[in-house]
Amino acid sequence: MQIDWIWGLLGGLMIGCAGALFLLGNGRIMGASGILGGLIDGSGRSNWAERTAFLVGVIALPAVLQSSGALSTQTNLTSNLGLIIIAGLLVGLGTRIGNGCTSGHGVCGISRLSPRGIVATLVYISAGAVMVVFLRGIWGAL
Amino acid sequence: MRLLIALGAGALFGSGLHLSGMTDTAKVQGFLDFFGAWDPTLMFVMGGTIIPMFIAWRVAARRKPLMGGDFPAASDPVFDRSLILGAVLFGAGWGLVGLCPGPAIASLSYGGSGGFSFLGAMVLGMLLAPRARQWLDRRSAVA
Repeated sequence: MQIDWIWGLLGGLMIGCAGALFLLGNGRIMGASGILGGLIDGSGRSNWAERTAFLVGVIALPAVLQSSGALSTQTNLTSNLGLIIIAGLLVGLGTRIGNGCTSGHGVCGISRLSPRGIVATLVYISAGAVMVVFLRGIWGAL
Repeated sequence: MRLLIALGAGALFGSGLHLSGMTDTAKVQGFLDFFGAWDPTLMFVMGGTIIPMFIAWRVAARRKPLMGGDFPAASDPVFDRSLILGAVLFGAGWGLVGLCPGPAIASLSYGGSGGFSFLGAMVLGMLLAPRARQWLDRRSAVA
């Protein structure tokens, strides 16, 4: 628990370097919802191969590292399928309507001092915090 | 070469998500729990991501992308209804189970059937989004 922040910082630096590589190399914003969403709704058809290559990397390297035992991933995803479906719909709909998620608005937007990115990040963190208060306090889940 | 860069950036991004704890829904919900047992780990993740990206934007101001083309133009600071409503919906879903799009995509390597269901629902939401946007635009045109 005490050293979690070191892993957080290290992982964060890796995510930031990934974004820097994608930006300085290909001239693109590394936003997970934008890269996937453009493939889903067809708006990113012109550079589908680049998008697909990125997504393959996201899934493949951790999968390889895990199977070789170099990486063990912790998760505590709920087993409540109803919650999972509702949350997935909200995240898919919201990130595409609002044009970004944690990586696009948060990582790339804030570091560019983009007013839209900063405002969006403040709004989604606040909405998430309200949801957690509701889950923990009122509903008693979590 | 473009594809290799994209693959490399994706691999680095995916591994960073795992290492940082963004894939751990309890950590994410713990970070959002400002009024409870707050878990600050995500602040360090955010701080870590912003350092290289901040430098990258400074470099980008003076050059062109290595693979040609131009950098994406900065968006006008317009805080329209879709930006705010989209962020509210996204935040609500993020808080509900603790997954945002990056870790949801990466969950194919760790999340089992739950991660798969989340990703499926997220894709469906993304398919519905253009229609929702049209509806929002029509409403703001009337108003």
